[in-house]
Amino acid sequence: MNLWLLLAVNSITFGGLLFLLSAGFSLIFGLMRIPNLTHGSMFMLGAYVGASMVMTFHLPFWIGAVVAALTVAVFGGLIERLLLRRLAGAEQAQVLVTLGISLIVADFCLMVWTGDPISVATPPGLVGGVRFVGVFFPTYRIAIILIACVIGALLWGLLDRTRLGAMIRAGVDDPQMARVVGIRVSRLFTIVFCLGAAIAGFGGVMGAPILSVYPGLDNDMLPLALVVVILGGTGSLLGSLVGSFVIGFIYNYGQALFPELAYFVLFLPMVVVLVLRPQGLFGKQAP
Amino acid sequence: MTATRVGLLAGALVLLTVPLWVPGDYYVSVCSQILIYAIFALGVDVLIGYGGLVSLGHAGLFGIASYAVAYMLAAGIGHIAAVVIALVLALVGTALFAALSLRVTGIGFIMITLALGELLWGLAYRWISVTNGDNGISVANRPAPFGISLNPPAHFYYATLVVFALSVFATWVFIGSPLGASLKGTRDQPRRMNALGYHVWLIRFYACMFSGLLTGIAGILFVYYTQFISPQTLTLTASAEPVLMVISGGSGTLLGPIVGAALVEIVKNIASAYITRWNMLLGAIFVAIVIFMPEGLVPGSRRLVRALLKACAKAPAAAAAEPNSGEPTP
Repeated sequence: MNLWLLLAVNSITFGGLLFLLSAGFSLIFGLMRIPNLTHGSMFMLGAYVGASMVMTFHLPFWIGAVVAALTVAVFGGLIERLLLRRLAGAEQAQVLVTLGISLIVADFCLMVWTGDPISVATPPGLVGGVRFVGVFFPTYRIAIILIACVIGALLWGLLDRTRLGAMIRAGVDDPQMARVVGIRVSRLFTIVFCLGAAIAGFGGVMGAPILSVYPGLDNDMLPLALVVVILGGTGSLLGSLVGSFVIGFIYNYGQALFPELAYFVLFLPMVVVLVLRPQGLFGKQAP
Repeated sequence: MTATRVGLLAGALVLLTVPLWVPGDYYVSVCSQILIYAIFALGVDVLIGYGGLVSLGHAGLFGIASYAVAYMLAAGIGHIAAVVIALVLALVGTALFAALSLRVTGIGFIMITLALGELLWGLAYRWISVTNGDNGISVANRPAPFGISLNPPAHFYYATLVVFALSVFATWVFIGSPLGASLKGTRDQPRRMNALGYHVWLIRFYACMFSGLLTGIAGILFVYYTQFISPQTLTLTASAEPVLMVISGGSGTLLGPIVGAALVEIVKNIASAYITRWNMLLGAIFVAIVIFMPEGLVPGSRRLVRALLKACAKAPAAAAAEPNSGEPTP
């Protein structure tokens, strides 16, 4: 019984990380129609920068996380401004350039941080756990869940309650019409891209004490982001939230129950959703 | 037309004489690898260039064929039976793959194929009782058709070259056929094609099957080439490679995927001996191609040559004296 509860906690934690990863991916995909295949690299880059800030420069964990998020946001903004901007609508060129950049980032990280996995210490104050109805809950994992919820709420507030959010939603629904009514959609692209990159980078740092940071983290995370977005529906915040937790549960329970078929089980719900509802659970149009 | 023929003849001559002028067995093997990946890239190009469907999961199909051959050879089944069954399995896999992913087009297709490719990778990685997990499966020996052993690199190269020539020919026939023409139609104007009474889905499905056939052939050659198969062959990077080859070389051309395969394999196998950060070099090459020749190397060079010729024709006096007017060749 306790094993199941522990698995549930881990699932929700992992779901929270996946939400940080996929929320930006879903927004970028929904607004810009760009398959941002550098998203896994952004997660990894954030994790590495954060790890350096915490382990080498001895900055407090949260400041390190913010620095990492800002670094990745700048990086994302540069990619969008310098490269992706020229390639609007050219899907093949977007795939080529985002994959090319992810190769460069992966190699850059290998060069700077070597091939050894880096484990980041859990931030002081969140070490240990709390005992509740006889079950041990690690504090840090609970903190991740809370942070994911807070970021989710902030994003929801931004998208649903502010003028900027209204413009972004208009851009997602009908970019041409949004341009006609005077919204500068190209500026929204940059903002959304930076925002998505920043959340992914932040998520990377948050995940570092649990997942550790290693070469190949990018390719481990990117497919998960894709599955979440396909499952939840593109451009939908609620979709990525629900998708993240569903995948978090399937990932953890699948590995415990069917270790040999863990990945197969992971991708199965996506296939089912595609067959029954190609636009995803909460998506408006087919991707 | 004659220029094309001269080019074809020259290309055939170069390919036929590779073991004579290439220094050493290692480089002959690299050439075999280029040809194998060129077949793979041709298969992917059928979908990308002619169908407008970018698949990021083809390494999964490639892997089905490779694993099937390796598994059956390890189980003691003969080469011919193993190859035939592997092709059938690859085609069945492709049919399922296509049935699921053709529900959407565009970016949705990219994402679904990527996820399906990862699913197959997950199976290869975790289904240890069949695939032996990360340790992979070794293939003891290469076949010996007509009593000629394929173990010497030059022999294997010629066998690969025969399959490669047949694959290029088959792709050329496919592209030129009415089916190929209607595939291009579904790429450019799916709605009009539908209105004209074409079954858009079925045309795309056939294209997927042809693409899967080429991919399966490449997968079988690959497992005989390396005599080893592991989940590494099915990773996302492995799926991205043929796509990058096609787009960098020029999608929608027959020559583009071959040029792209040569580019990527040369950087991987030859430049990597001199440069430690060859992955970064490869990434930089891709980004540079997107910036300077977004249509790919082959169409881009063609455009450059044409522009040069035009510039020379416009200045006839200069052109008459220009010794290198037609110099840059694709």
